[in-house]
Amino acid sequence: MLLVLEQALNGLQFGVMLFLMAAGLTLIFGIMNLVNLAHGALYMMGAYFAATFLAKTGSFPLAVVLALAATLAVGIVTEVVALRTLYERDHLDQVLATFGLILFFNELVAVVWGRAAMYTTLPGWLSGHIQLVGIRYPVYRAVVILVGLLVAALLWVVVTRTRLGMLIRAGATNRTMVAALGVNIRLLYTIVFGFGATLAGLAGLMAGPIYAVQPGMGEQILIQVFVVIVVGGIGSIRGALVGAIVVGMVDTLGRAFLKPMLAVLLWPTAAEKAGPALASMLIYLLMAAVLTFRPQGLFPAVRTR
Amino acid sequence: MTFTPRTIALGVVLVALALVPPVAGMLNQPFYVDLFRRTMIFAIAALSLDLILGYGGLVSFGHAAYLGIGAYAVGVLTYYGIHNGFLQWGLAIVASALVALVIGAVSIRTSGIYFIMITLAFTQMLYYLGLSIEEYGADDGMRLAARSRFAGLIDLRDPATFYYLVLVLLGVFLYIAHRMVNARFGMVLRATKSNEARARAVGFSPYGYKLTAFVIAGAMGGVAGALLVNHTEYLTPEFMHWTRSGEIMFMVILGGMGTLVGPVVGALALLLLEDVLSAWTTHWQMILGPILLLVVLFAKRGLVGLLGDRARDG
Repeated sequence: MLLVLEQALNGLQFGVMLFLMAAGLTLIFGIMNLVNLAHGALYMMGAYFAATFLAKTGSFPLAVVLALAATLAVGIVTEVVALRTLYERDHLDQVLATFGLILFFNELVAVVWGRAAMYTTLPGWLSGHIQLVGIRYPVYRAVVILVGLLVAALLWVVVTRTRLGMLIRAGATNRTMVAALGVNIRLLYTIVFGFGATLAGLAGLMAGPIYAVQPGMGEQILIQVFVVIVVGGIGSIRGALVGAIVVGMVDTLGRAFLKPMLAVLLWPTAAEKAGPALASMLIYLLMAAVLTFRPQGLFPAVRTR
Repeated sequence: MTFTPRTIALGVVLVALALVPPVAGMLNQPFYVDLFRRTMIFAIAALSLDLILGYGGLVSFGHAAYLGIGAYAVGVLTYYGIHNGFLQWGLAIVASALVALVIGAVSIRTSGIYFIMITLAFTQMLYYLGLSIEEYGADDGMRLAARSRFAGLIDLRDPATFYYLVLVLLGVFLYIAHRMVNARFGMVLRATKSNEARARAVGFSPYGYKLTAFVIAGAMGGVAGALLVNHTEYLTPEFMHWTRSGEIMFMVILGGMGTLVGPVVGALALLLLEDVLSAWTTHWQMILGPILLLVVLFAKRGLVGLLGDRARDG
């Protein structure tokens, strides 16, 4: 039972990271109508920046701030140089152009930092364990969960309670009308993109100490984030949150318990072979199931355009 | 068939491809036979994607799945000692058509960005499946014990024979695609692409047409996969890697989508460009990425667009 709790926490931790990625991606899609495959590249840049600044400065908080700022800068440069011209294009163009950006970023990282995986060491105050209703849980993962939930709450406040949030919601509903009302829509686009880039950078820098930092790390999570968005419904923050937690849980619990469960239900040798394969396919099967019953996802955003 | 600049270009390309083995033999550069064979295999894959992307407007970002299924069909049968090519390739076609049917049935219900993400996600699922099956080499892949055997009729071990088989298949598929897109079926498919609401209004139900095209494209991709695994003599989940889907899509756009010669020219151009760039620097993707971006931004009609021929078929 305690093992289930621990894995559920791990699932939650993975889920909030998926959420940080999904929130940015879904906002960018909702407002600019842009399919940004390069979102995973920003996640990767965040992880690399954090690892580098941590090694250089030795201070974790300072490295976090610098990495976020650097990812934001990369995001804004990318938006201004390459993506801005893509907003009016069709999805095919956006997919291919941002695919080109991925190739560029992955190779850039390989040139600057090399192809080998980088590992970051955590400072002492983050590397211990805490006692949590009978289980020892790593402090760092607990911090990731807290930060993720905090950002989710903050995002909710920004989107529902501030003027910027109002513009974001208005832009997602009908951007032509927002522009007609005299809002500087280009600036709004850049702000939203920078916002999404920073969230991706945050997810990436938090991922660094848990997973390996290497070229191509962004796409692995990106495709899982797509599953989150398809399950949750595109353009909706609430959908992104629910989808991320569900996908994070299903994936983590599936990898941990599917094999032993199959061993009980079927027979051990079959479970040994089918378990890992099935576990890695689980979230995609979940996606197919959701699509069959609700093709627009669980919480589709209302949109008029 | 009328002689538009495009059909002439296609003829020139095919004749040039037919001349590769003797020329490579004269220059004593057997490597080129290998390179162009690979190119033609990808041309088949790109052509099959163009059927649904260029003519059907279905932006499938998961076409590598069918390459993988075709390759696994051949590889797995070989693993169990079945070398009969008719059986292997037959399974490759049936299996990839079935997979396309399942993926298509779910994903064609949606459209736009959903369709892109879903096709990508399903392909990633198959990729992970390949990665996790220890029996067939998991992420290391496995060597193909022998190339497909065709009861002594065709010997794939001979490079030139294999080369011309691929060329003939490419020609056959081009002909099939030509007949398809100019038949009533293809007209309806193109109508749903240009305006789905109107296609519905005149009484067509697009779903069936799209799904049929999707399955045909999948089966054709499966043949490309069977050819590819025979070409590399190595089976690996990397055939299904999502970047492969992106590459195939880029070939279609680079050549010119919605044309028949486009995918062939695109495959040639991209793979030759990759060959040149990778000989020059190991970081060739850093150059290829921005080139891709520039092509999308400034040369949407592809290389075929340079011919200045606006006819919709070819």
